[in-house]
Amino acid sequence: MSSLSATIQDVFNAAGCPKNANKSEVERKKGCTKQLQPGGAAGGCSFDGAKIALQPFTDVAHLVHGPIACEGNSWDNRGSASSGPDLWRTSFTTDMNEIDVVLGGEKRLYKAIKEIIEKYDPPAIFVYQTCVPAMIGDDIDAVCKIAAAKFGKPVIPVNSPGFVGSKSLGNKLAGEALLEYVIGTQEPDYITPYDINLIGEYNLSGELWQIKPLLDEIGIRILSCISGDGKYHEAACSHRARAAMMVCSRAMINVATRMKERYGIPFFEGSFYGIQDTSEALRKIARMLIERGAPRHLMECTEAVVAREEATAWAAIERFRPRFAGKKVLLVTGGVKSWSVVAALQEAGLEIVGTSVKKSTSDDKQRIQQLMGHDAHMIEDLTPREMYKMLREAKADIMLSGGKSQFVALKAAVPWLDINQERCHAYMGYVGIVRLMEEIDKALYNPMWDQLRRPAPWDVTEVTWHAKALGPMEVPVAGGRPNSVGAEKVARANRTHSCSTVDFSIINHRIPAHGSTATDAMAHDAEASAACMRRTEENTPAQPTSALQAVE
Amino acid sequence: MTIVTYSDKACTINPLKMSQPIGGSFAFLGLRGAMPLLHGPQGCTSFGLTLFVRHFKEAVPLQTTAMSEVSTVLGGYENVEQAILNIYKRVKPEIIGINSTGVTETKGDDVEAFIRLIRQNHPHLKKFPLVYVSTPDFKDAFQDGWEKTVARMVEVLVDSVDAAAPHDSLRVNVLPGCHLTPGDLDELRTIFEDFGIRPSFLPDISGSLDGHIPDEFTQTTIGGIGVDEIATMGQAAWTIAIGAQMRRAAEAMQARTGVPFRLFERLCGLIPNDEFITFLSDISGKSVPKRYRRQRGQLADAMLDTHFHIAGRKLAIGAEPDLLFDISSVLYEMGAQVTAAVTTTASPVLERVKAKEVVIGDLGDLEDLAKARQCDLLISHSHGRQAAARLDIPFYRAGFPIFDRLGAGHRMSVGYRGTRELIFDLANLIIADREDNRQPTPATWRTGDAGRCRSAATELLI
Repeated sequence: MSSLSATIQDVFNAAGCPKNANKSEVERKKGCTKQLQPGGAAGGCSFDGAKIALQPFTDVAHLVHGPIACEGNSWDNRGSASSGPDLWRTSFTTDMNEIDVVLGGEKRLYKAIKEIIEKYDPPAIFVYQTCVPAMIGDDIDAVCKIAAAKFGKPVIPVNSPGFVGSKSLGNKLAGEALLEYVIGTQEPDYITPYDINLIGEYNLSGELWQIKPLLDEIGIRILSCISGDGKYHEAACSHRARAAMMVCSRAMINVATRMKERYGIPFFEGSFYGIQDTSEALRKIARMLIERGAPRHLMECTEAVVAREEATAWAAIERFRPRFAGKKVLLVTGGVKSWSVVAALQEAGLEIVGTSVKKSTSDDKQRIQQLMGHDAHMIEDLTPREMYKMLREAKADIMLSGGKSQFVALKAAVPWLDINQERCHAYMGYVGIVRLMEEIDKALYNPMWDQLRRPAPWDVTEVTWHAKALGPMEVPVAGGRPNSVGAEKVARANRTHSCSTVDFSIINHRIPAHGSTATDAMAHDAEASAACMRRTEENTPAQPTSALQAVE
Repeated sequence: MTIVTYSDKACTINPLKMSQPIGGSFAFLGLRGAMPLLHGPQGCTSFGLTLFVRHFKEAVPLQTTAMSEVSTVLGGYENVEQAILNIYKRVKPEIIGINSTGVTETKGDDVEAFIRLIRQNHPHLKKFPLVYVSTPDFKDAFQDGWEKTVARMVEVLVDSVDAAAPHDSLRVNVLPGCHLTPGDLDELRTIFEDFGIRPSFLPDISGSLDGHIPDEFTQTTIGGIGVDEIATMGQAAWTIAIGAQMRRAAEAMQARTGVPFRLFERLCGLIPNDEFITFLSDISGKSVPKRYRRQRGQLADAMLDTHFHIAGRKLAIGAEPDLLFDISSVLYEMGAQVTAAVTTTASPVLERVKAKEVVIGDLGDLEDLAKARQCDLLISHSHGRQAAARLDIPFYRAGFPIFDRLGAGHRMSVGYRGTRELIFDLANLIIADREDNRQPTPATWRTGDAGRCRSAATELLI
């Protein structure tokens, strides 16, 4: 364990991390992670982070040493895609039992490694440490070393038990394992001046493949992607790349900085979300490669591809502009997406009314300020109720977030879109951003919302769930408020006449949206509100079918 | 009798099992205004939470004592205390249900003592409902966590009653196993009510995880059985336990309140439901309502229609003991063979599974057995999808988690109606598989010898 704590200190001292560099010695020792609040935390652990970072290596066996909880409760839960091997989706764990806890689990771990090699013969095995074996002192480094020598195969210990800290610390500890045991241990068959590494890209929903064709066309080779659709051999050879791009914010900044120190591979931090960011990233890659000796015409190729793709993407997005005019987005996500998606959304004319910065670094926050101006609404940490209040007060038309917070929006009949790892669509590059716009459009203009916002005809109570949620907060939580939202009056609360079902603003939104194109929908809206008024005037039972009839 | 064997591999491949603490938390999710709390590192909670959200597509309350490396060595009490105080202040729950995890059990935290100390130090929590259950990750499985937690709820939350006290003859306690869905509980409630019986479900996930839009904005569970109702369960005339796992809780109820219990190990299939409906008729003194006479006929007819497709199937099934026993039995009774059976933990029902052998193992074992024994139908939770694809056989999802199909909370397998839906779904799956993947071709029935004869014949023609 002494080496683990040394590694963690090392990670905190990372040269490329300005957040830590600016801290005092004492502060730095405390580490990146805020002390977690018992009863008020919900994030993943370091093991989770390490597994997320390395699991996309497709041809490797990922063996989790611990009781069933760590792997049994979590396996096959990420949408990374593979172009070939599927061993990464097979789950391996030592499923430690009580006897192992008493007598030690090292022998079981060794046998498990042996069984995997006999049955699957993978190019390498990653062995993940978890809390219980770490507590009882199982030395996975030693077991891996012996197994590697015995079986003549890389067996890599990933020392990141859950209780040492957060998910992002786990990402970095995974990076440390790569630096110590993988990178630089093999040689590529050949090298070119066009070889790059992508660091921190996990190929979720196959989104790497939205970028790869462009790189192929320009003539740039991804020598190694760490770790999306990655293979062991590629990662082991990655030290021969000419340049690197750090794709997912600072999740694996230690890998990028150490590779620069050790092998002189320059890197930059970029994003493939959004048209301009994608173009910028492609240009930077080309520029870096040229600086390191690639022929100058690489830039011409890049510019040609960028110009063509941009034109196509802008043209595709153009049709959304009128539909997105005045539409507001609340973005609740972490790290890199807090700014990279902001840019992408702004390109399509959406207005961002707030973005969460819980998992973002100070650099991320600066970028947000640049993009959104000084009154950028950065949200630190929200309870679900605050998030809901925010949705209403900021009058967001749609929320983009990760899966766990989706119900805050959905249960309030506010459109929502998943932009985290569980999502099923790929949003990268020029094609991805168009896809994202399509999804947002589908969500915003789904006719279902109008129906869902109505209470049941027999529900007479005026005290709705929304009203309760907007009531005075009984438990004020510090730091949870946006910078400037809240002063405005809540326009959504203006109901049409005494009808409690249709908002003014909803109708107002729908009229210009449909005015030029869909007259039926206008009729639908008019009919719906007319039906409502009729109901209140005549005080007759509602006619729930009227809106449907109008549609037909 | 069926032989129960243990997989002897050191490495579990594709786990079937999930951990005991989240089985315990799952039970707490069936209480109203509850906040389940795992005493352990935050990852234990995060993984469990994600699993529940993916299955139910619902917001799920689940908290953590956020044990760090340092508190694992030095602390424990402070984390439990802080967590309870924070939850009490922030979300105002009606009950906090605590399960231990691998870390805190290895460490040896005496949480019952912690709770006594917390009550002492914070008088406002003196009467606040706190239930603690020891559920180490390195022992037992999901179903055991549920079993122990419900039994503990009975011991802590039900007011003890003098056995001689009068009981409400139309009130029953229902103790459902963790293999029942919110849809199952809703169906059971309807059946009870049709007999004029008022059921109290403990736990009642149909109130909290059925996917409704809540009236209140709450961070605890949005429904379920209330602590007040649990306290009065001793007044019921009967306790009905569903699944062998619930025997423990039913016995605890009987010991505490004198309420007799009847255990139904299965509620899927014709005969088990005949017994169940007869029992309800007996205890309520009402004749069987027309609806159930009709439903029985419908199930019988459904069995007639579906047996062509189900009979003869070589079933490979991986599920927790009670679900395994239930589904494999109903299919066996319709002519299927239970060819490969894998489960997660020991149970008295395993020796009565209609198979030669039940393996306590993983989906890797199930896949190997299914391949070796040429099974042609796979049933397990969603994690079986890779095995089914590799085996190229139809795959029916059952149990928890089902994360790659919608409506998991509303699937139903209890009662005549639930059984009918289950066998229709299965038969349809088999039909679809046949149409998509098993269409006959001219070569389907051709053997090697026939080919040789034909070439000989061709030569003759020339």
